[in-house]
Amino acid sequence: MSTTLLLILCLNGLQYGMLLFLISAGLTLVFGVMGFINLAHGVQYMVGAYLLFAFTGLTGNFMLSVLLSLLCALAFGLLLEFFVFRHLYTRSHLDQVLATFGIIIFLNELAKVVFGPTTLSIALPEFLAGSIQLTEQLKYPIYRLVTIGVGLLVAIGLFITVSYTRIGMLIRAGATTPEMVSALGVNIQRLFMIVFGVGAMLAGFAGVIAAPIYAVEPGMGDNMLIVAFVVIIIGGIGSVGGAFIAALLVGLIDTLGRSLATEILSFVFNPSFANQIGPALASMLIYVLMAAILIFRPRGLLPAKGVA
Amino acid sequence: MQQLIKTTIASALFATFISSAALAEDLKIGMVVTLSGPPAALGQQIVDGFQLALEEKGGMLGGQKVELIIEDDELKPDVALLKATSLVEKNEVDFVVGTVFSNMLQAIFKPVVQSKTFLISPNAGPSTFAGSNCNPFFFVTSYQNNQNAEVSGMVANAEGFKNVFALVPNYQAGRDNVDGFKQTFEGQLTDEVFTPLGHQDFSAELARMSTSDADAVFAFMPGGMGVRLVNQFANAGLSENMKFMSVFTTDETTLPGQKDAAVGFLAAGSWAPDLPVDANLAFVKAFEAKYGYVPGSYAMQAYDTASLIDSAVSKVDDLSDKDAVRAALKAADFESLRGDFAFNNNHYPVQDFHMLNVVKRDDGKYHTSFVRTLAEDYADSFHEQCKM
Repeated sequence: MSTTLLLILCLNGLQYGMLLFLISAGLTLVFGVMGFINLAHGVQYMVGAYLLFAFTGLTGNFMLSVLLSLLCALAFGLLLEFFVFRHLYTRSHLDQVLATFGIIIFLNELAKVVFGPTTLSIALPEFLAGSIQLTEQLKYPIYRLVTIGVGLLVAIGLFITVSYTRIGMLIRAGATTPEMVSALGVNIQRLFMIVFGVGAMLAGFAGVIAAPIYAVEPGMGDNMLIVAFVVIIIGGIGSVGGAFIAALLVGLIDTLGRSLATEILSFVFNPSFANQIGPALASMLIYVLMAAILIFRPRGLLPAKGVA
Repeated sequence: MQQLIKTTIASALFATFISSAALAEDLKIGMVVTLSGPPAALGQQIVDGFQLALEEKGGMLGGQKVELIIEDDELKPDVALLKATSLVEKNEVDFVVGTVFSNMLQAIFKPVVQSKTFLISPNAGPSTFAGSNCNPFFFVTSYQNNQNAEVSGMVANAEGFKNVFALVPNYQAGRDNVDGFKQTFEGQLTDEVFTPLGHQDFSAELARMSTSDADAVFAFMPGGMGVRLVNQFANAGLSENMKFMSVFTTDETTLPGQKDAAVGFLAAGSWAPDLPVDANLAFVKAFEAKYGYVPGSYAMQAYDTASLIDSAVSKVDDLSDKDAVRAALKAADFESLRGDFAFNNNHYPVQDFHMLNVVKRDDGKYHTSFVRTLAEDYADSFHEQCKM
């Protein structure tokens, strides 16, 4: 285990964490602020990836496609809110789960019908495709560094918006006592719609960023959704800051665990046994982390104020 | 009026009876393949390959009209079991063709063979049914799972690789492939890395690869995992210093997603779209004309399965004479797209295996290409344990 390898692993963990943050930021706001369980959030990640695929095919320009995909992801989120989710806010959680699960199945199948079941890939433009020489032996892809940077920018932007702007204040207030905010003359319905649209766009953005790295396929959002739920539970539901810390934590632990679990175990057990249980243990790590955190901080690391 | 209604009902019933009687004479084939989720492309190739063969023979196999019932196992063992049981009990099919994945085969195996229905696998070839658990009602038209990896070991030897880095998903087939590779490879394995199924980010593994001093990589990463691995491998700039060889990682189902990143990568297999067999070249041409994509080994194996059933049914007068059907199947008296093809005592194929590499065709499509034959009439290593 060289230090360069460790450095690479940490960078990868950060990059994965940023991606998780983009997905879970929207999820935690929608869940925390509106009390709405949106299982279809992962599917919006997939929609972002497919949009990018479609637009790069049409325009041939990567940056333009990213922009178009973001706008479409936003529009798509608003559309879903208007036609489906708006009617579910007052319903029970079970109804919400059923309806949003239906959307997952529908959109996964739609992706398969429109784009076919095979895994698709998106080529990066020249200026993002290369790698940077980090050490003598090791190169690190530029695109992954860009991902980390973009994730950080979005996190800062969100933090400022939620903490210091009027709309952020309304979001926080709406999360605590929606009736009171509504009584004070704020259009809570529109507030929810904005939160929802932005959440969908962030998930779509995550999909856009992930598409060139991880390839595009139907159902690609399903696993991400599970991890995103782990992130918002660890971070504290409704808390963007909590989601940020938890996303980085989960990203780092998952990435480091997958590479190091086998090696650490082989110090204690014989190599073939370590080889057997190492990978299995590595994939459990984030759930073990979630359980441990829930024991000591049942409401997550940074619980949002007022969210029950 | 009353009378009229009665007559109508009676004649309707009679008509139903007639049509079901006519149906009873059809050759019924049930197909259990994976048609949903990310691996749906593999199942679709099997359906397309089989239907192309049916179409070329005018919807008949062995002179009998075929009723093909296609079921999706959804890659869930319980669903596969349910569908297969209903095929043999409710539809009373003459043959079951399935499955894509070995774990689905394990699920449907027992109910199908116990009902004395012939089960023909167009892809999955697990070791479990090749040795002492071989079965008189079970045939495989693809390969035994370990064989491709064993031939990869030969590819590594032939290319003079000394140190190889193995990368496979952490499940039975992944471990089988590493074992198969080790069986024939004469050099050193520097690392054996197991990733979770459906792994997204290979950068940690790629980092280990680049510091491992290995001169080649051996991978088994089917489907989307293969697309991600190959693209990330190329993006990390590893293609310059390391050779990449694999099984089920750079094939016709993944190449549309890998494109130039995979060109020149080595593979092992019993077939390639340009394998110089006349029937094969005609098949690939017809397949592309009809479905618009380059067929992979899955489609080829399904086509061969249809040809096998065709040859067997035409030899037998009465399909309920199971011994006669078995003998006719075992004879493998059909023209395989792979050239030479025979069944071993365990009903797994004995066939040639080749070194393949990925090429880009002039029309911009990608496929694996035949390089040379490495193992002739290659049998699996379990058939001796089969007492049949």
